[in-house]
Amino acid sequence: MGEMGAAAGSTVSKPLPEPTPVSRPFWDGLSEHRILVQYSPSLGRYVFYPRTLAPGTLADDLEWREISGRGRLYTYTVAERPTAPPWADAVPQFPAVVEWDEGPRVSTELVDVPSSGITVGMRVVPVFDTDEASGITLLRYRPEQAR
Amino acid sequence: MGLKGEAAIVGIAELPARRAKSTPPAFTLDQYARLAALVTADAGLDPRAVTGLITHGVRESAMFAPATLAEYLGLPLDFGERVDLGGATSAGMVWRAAAAIELGICDAVLAVVPGSSVLPVPEHAPARTPGWYGASSGEFGSPQAEFEIPYGNVGQNAPYAQIANRYAAEFGYDPLATAKIAVDQRTNAQAHPGAIFHDTPLTVEDVLASPVIADPIRKLDIVMPVQGGAAVLVAGKRLAAKARHRPVWITGFGEHIAFKTPTYAEDLVRTPIARAAGTAFGMAGVSREDVDVASIYDCYTITVLMSLEDAGFCPKGTGMNWVREHDLTFRGDFPLNTAGGQLSFGQAGMAGGMHHVADGARQVMGRAGQAQVADCDTAFVTGNGGIMSEQVALLLQGG
Repeated sequence: MGEMGAAAGSTVSKPLPEPTPVSRPFWDGLSEHRILVQYSPSLGRYVFYPRTLAPGTLADDLEWREISGRGRLYTYTVAERPTAPPWADAVPQFPAVVEWDEGPRVSTELVDVPSSGITVGMRVVPVFDTDEASGITLLRYRPEQAR
Repeated sequence: MGLKGEAAIVGIAELPARRAKSTPPAFTLDQYARLAALVTADAGLDPRAVTGLITHGVRESAMFAPATLAEYLGLPLDFGERVDLGGATSAGMVWRAAAAIELGICDAVLAVVPGSSVLPVPEHAPARTPGWYGASSGEFGSPQAEFEIPYGNVGQNAPYAQIANRYAAEFGYDPLATAKIAVDQRTNAQAHPGAIFHDTPLTVEDVLASPVIADPIRKLDIVMPVQGGAAVLVAGKRLAAKARHRPVWITGFGEHIAFKTPTYAEDLVRTPIARAAGTAFGMAGVSREDVDVASIYDCYTITVLMSLEDAGFCPKGTGMNWVREHDLTFRGDFPLNTAGGQLSFGQAGMAGGMHHVADGARQVMGRAGQAQVADCDTAFVTGNGGIMSEQVALLLQGG
């Protein structure tokens, strides 16, 4: 059994995101444990992070759709030194990039993983992590296969 | 398309790397003045020949940087430019200076990058925003503030480690090869007196024994922050003929800006230098084999390795073997970062990018002293900003 990361705890680290008029549906979705992402019909693909116009085409046809949020680990690191002072007591950290089955990639943090058991390409599933004080829900990830 | 090669670097100034505690405080305005004086003197030209200036910004004045500097230096400008490309800023300045000269806008352009963060402080210092955001923005509405920083995805070490791990998954990772990059550059630093590690030898074992910061990146895979500063003076044919040193003609460049955060890279292991280098080599009409010395932006050892591949010096995915098969020192078959690079000279903040321009130009001028590469006529220089998200390639050639 590997060492469990401190980032696996349920407390949400600061600083927290502050939803904007553009991104609000994404954060509202997370608070309901749903993942809402924009889709551009003319582009024929999902878009992340939230925007006003579609990237590349600047088409004005972005619409919110729900996705599964499942995907594969595109890359990650195990940070043995805090990436910034707010995480001084939270090492090792597991900052990661997940590629959703629906296409886009998202920055996240792995939880419930031993630092030696992570592989690029592994299947991962969402973990909805709510900060009770602010009501903000962060989207973290854990391996699909229960250990 | 492109430069005709009629503008040259005619002066170089690079301050010796220093540690913060031995650096006297100076405003960036004063650092600009001292570097401008040094670089025009190095060229042997009167500062009043300067009618163009390119800046990254002035710490004491958030806006109107070119005008602030024109006024402070007393040099009226026909071309004032600000470049905001992180570690690619300096290389980006050089081609912009050359373009301005070839357009006939000005005869001589200063590209100056102060590199000391030791500034005078007022008695009643106002509260400052936290300095740990690095290249990320914590401002409301910034994508990093909303979608990166809350997950601890901030600073440089973790995202570069993510790049290295993706590379490892696709092509494999050899810590001996990345360590060798640091070690060969240290050998070069020991032949370059201004380097922070001039007197400190380094072995592969030392690199592998240094602590892991963000797996697989170790402490000695990462640049050493120092205080310093660097500048070049770029001039046209007429002034180049009057300058003291062999002119270093800017014959090719390429620039590519692909994303801000690696999460959104189309392909994280195929970096923007590929396109930038292709453009630069095509413009200059030279091949990779023509390169006598390379100065490749080296914030991390993995940056060097991937840049060597993507710039076309070896096939994609073969860099680890390639590095182990080549001698990257100034005496070697592929002289790389002959002044130590930022890994061993030190990274003087934003001036770290100009270190590579100065390294390449110094070699072509024949002024590299003990580290001089014989018959050096062609230098390849890169700049890398953000998290391998914006890159600039330059070809610098002797006449």
